[in-house]
Amino acid sequence: MSTDTSADPLVTPTPGKPGRPRVRLSFNPRESGIYIAFALIVALFWILTDGALLEPQNISNIIVQNSYILILAIGMILIIILGHIDLSAGSVVAVTGALCALLTVDLGVPWPIAVIATMGAGALIGAWQGYWVAYFGIPAFIVTLAGMLIFRAITMTTLGNQGIGPFPEEIRTLSNGFTPGWLGNVALGPLGGADIVTVLVGLGLVAALFLMQWRARAGRIGYGQTVEPIEIFIAKLVVAALVLMFVVVQLARFKNLPWVLILLTVLVVGYSLLTSNTVFGRHIYAIGGNRQAADLSGVKVNAVTFWIFVNMGVLAAIAGIIFAGRLNQAGPTAGQNFELDAIAAAFIGGAAVQGGIGKVVGAITGGLIMAVINNGMSLMGAASDRVMLVKGLVLLAAVAYDIWTKRRAGVSRI
Amino acid sequence: MTEDILRMRGITKRFPGVVALDDVNLSVRRGEIHAICGENGAGKSTLMKVLSGVYPDGSFDGGIEFDGELCRFGGIRDSEDLGIVIIHQELALCPQLSIAENLFLGNEQARRGWIDWNHTNTEAAALMRRVGLDENPTTQILDLGVGKQQLVEIAKALSKKVKLLILDEPTAALNDEDSAHLLQLLRGLREEGITSVIISHKLNEIISIAESVTIIRDGHTVEVLDLRDGEVTEDRIISGMVGRELSDRFPVRDVKIGAEVLRIEDWTVHSPTQHGRVVVDKASVSLRRGEIVGLAGLMGAGRTEFAMSVFGRSYGKDITGRIYKDDQLIRVRTVQEAIAQGIAYATEDRKRYGLNLIEDIKRNVSAAGLRKFTKRFGWIDDGMEYSAAEEFRRSMNIKAPSVLTATGNLSGGNQQKVVLSKWILTEPDVLILDEPTRGIDVGAKYEIYTIVNQLAAQGKAILVISSELPELLGLCDRIYAMSAGRITGEVSREDANEERLMQYMTAGISTGREENR
Repeated sequence: MSTDTSADPLVTPTPGKPGRPRVRLSFNPRESGIYIAFALIVALFWILTDGALLEPQNISNIIVQNSYILILAIGMILIIILGHIDLSAGSVVAVTGALCALLTVDLGVPWPIAVIATMGAGALIGAWQGYWVAYFGIPAFIVTLAGMLIFRAITMTTLGNQGIGPFPEEIRTLSNGFTPGWLGNVALGPLGGADIVTVLVGLGLVAALFLMQWRARAGRIGYGQTVEPIEIFIAKLVVAALVLMFVVVQLARFKNLPWVLILLTVLVVGYSLLTSNTVFGRHIYAIGGNRQAADLSGVKVNAVTFWIFVNMGVLAAIAGIIFAGRLNQAGPTAGQNFELDAIAAAFIGGAAVQGGIGKVVGAITGGLIMAVINNGMSLMGAASDRVMLVKGLVLLAAVAYDIWTKRRAGVSRI
Repeated sequence: MTEDILRMRGITKRFPGVVALDDVNLSVRRGEIHAICGENGAGKSTLMKVLSGVYPDGSFDGGIEFDGELCRFGGIRDSEDLGIVIIHQELALCPQLSIAENLFLGNEQARRGWIDWNHTNTEAAALMRRVGLDENPTTQILDLGVGKQQLVEIAKALSKKVKLLILDEPTAALNDEDSAHLLQLLRGLREEGITSVIISHKLNEIISIAESVTIIRDGHTVEVLDLRDGEVTEDRIISGMVGRELSDRFPVRDVKIGAEVLRIEDWTVHSPTQHGRVVVDKASVSLRRGEIVGLAGLMGAGRTEFAMSVFGRSYGKDITGRIYKDDQLIRVRTVQEAIAQGIAYATEDRKRYGLNLIEDIKRNVSAAGLRKFTKRFGWIDDGMEYSAAEEFRRSMNIKAPSVLTATGNLSGGNQQKVVLSKWILTEPDVLILDEPTRGIDVGAKYEIYTIVNQLAAQGKAILVISSELPELLGLCDRIYAMSAGRITGEVSREDANEERLMQYMTAGISTGREENR
């Protein structure tokens, strides 16, 4: 693919705008590589599993089975952009899941209160770790390694050797359930029946996507910024819309929308906007890129660090509730190695080890890549050791690619 | 034996999209000190990387002849084996290791795999004597100042049986005393028959020490000047570097000085690491609108510490003193408060403290004034931010394809313009510029001076910290001198000269040192 078509004769300036809009096809191999890799991996397993990978039920499974890892990945990418790491996420998932079980099952606390209290406990755990990292200056690696042991120990002390369950219906629905068919089904010809609400939500999302992208583009042209050629812009949108609608229709054909997918969508959109469009988000990147420079530019480095850890605690608590609800039981070994999956998702998704670089959507894509590998290989009947081997190699390859593209950019800049 | 120890012929080095070196020639006579001059980005460092084998044979066109032999270097090892040693601007020493361990790093004095420490330390002491470094070989590098670290680097080169010593900006970070010692050492090495190539922006040093100078501009060899007859002046070299006559190194300006805007009284700062050590001692300074004020001092005088402690206490502890803005006592306990009070501080070390090098120009320019682009809930108006950054790129003449270029890819001068843009964006009344032209080439310096003058013309008060006295003399309306944490003198533009400033800058140093111990 060409990286510079600024002299593209096909593109004519939009009339009525101040000056000629600067048009340029931007292709950043470092950022785009991950999405292309994802598409290739999906295609590969789609072929290898004779299409089973993209069957309605299987798409639903992939989302529901990995939702908690993806939620953790959102919190983890923020910590990694900041230049830190969190090794305790899995243990926090366990301890918050146990707390939620304790409240709802043993103490009979109504579920909404229990959920809020659990999230509050997650925030406190995050505040505890954030204090040591941000204000005391202990490396996050150490603080969260300690946290990994401490919170696992608390879980085991609380639960003993057994799990607590079953959870209230509502929490199980949140983790495992689907939206009811409020408006009934619509016939989609050879595809069979599909839930109307789900399809409408999908169409709404596509419309919102088009509107937002169009407004962003118009704004850029208004300010005389460089934009992509209109054909490429529309092609990208159409591809995105088709992918989105495909997933939505498949879900509509199965059991409607999983509640966790709705939650996940809200989180992904919310955190993407937070990181890219707000002062707080910008400060995360500034600190990760150069802590001292951020400090001398008036960024409250310690406060931002502290709150990012609090945020991680809350997200870990949400993941904890969902995971426990899914198993319908909070167990002492819950969440083991979750932090490693979340960290791997962030790095496969293009985060830089030194901090300062990374995107929420990238981390989600990284998480989905691992999810598809997991799911595809188990559909093929591969043993778990093989799956682990492949995931390890993919992680290594992703980071190697990242460093390789960076090095190439480094040489050409002189 | 030929007269030239080194001949580089027709060196052409291409990077994707750029020709960094275009048919460059360099001849160095045996036993001379040869200087290489050129603006930043002219290709000096690239040429030295070609010579030292960082760019291996085959990655460039042209030939290298050393000691009469055609050389093909596959890596740094190959060039070092022949006696070509390069000392980079950023010193490559391990701070936690001792002098002796650093000297023999990669060349450990071992017998059957066991290090012979007695032998190592004796040899190290011998090498250290040759460079005049009076320290214990077991002293850790981190306990040495930059000047002494530089000597360790040279001693390390000597241990490798160096024939051709390449020094990249060796005195950039040194004070005058250490610089003088280093230059004297190079003269001594010349007596021993060691040839040196020195890259430097300090033209006075080049004139005093080098026999000849090769000037490089935009990847071409412009000319080779013979300095032995003493007729070449600094201005002559500058005109070669920039390709035009520089009639004046400092732009003229209309001086319009207004009312006092900032007054600092009895400012005292203690060291955050060494308990009880006074770094700034009852310093009092006053700045007026439209005035450019200099702050002179030797390294370690406490200038940067003073500036940073004023800027929201970003340095030091147990800070006492008063700051008045427009005659009102103000509190500046954090950087945020300092920015809110209209104080800005552009650091002396822009790569470490000034810029986020992996981010683009836009995000660096807006880093300190991001709130200017927000409407509700801390929501950033991306287009507004872009336009503002673009405006700075144009007005400051930042040479980059767009404001989306990463600042790590810019030259020193352009990076400095980004740092200045960042602070101008916060609309300060007082700008503290710490070494604003350090490591910047002559052309960009002139641009920076012009910007500083414009800021003063807008009624801002500017405090310039600089180690280059000619710069202070050329730029400032009034100059404070600092020594051992105290303000030791204040001179107006008319009365200022280098001798007078130097007197103040060295005043009370001996007593100051005793107090520090």
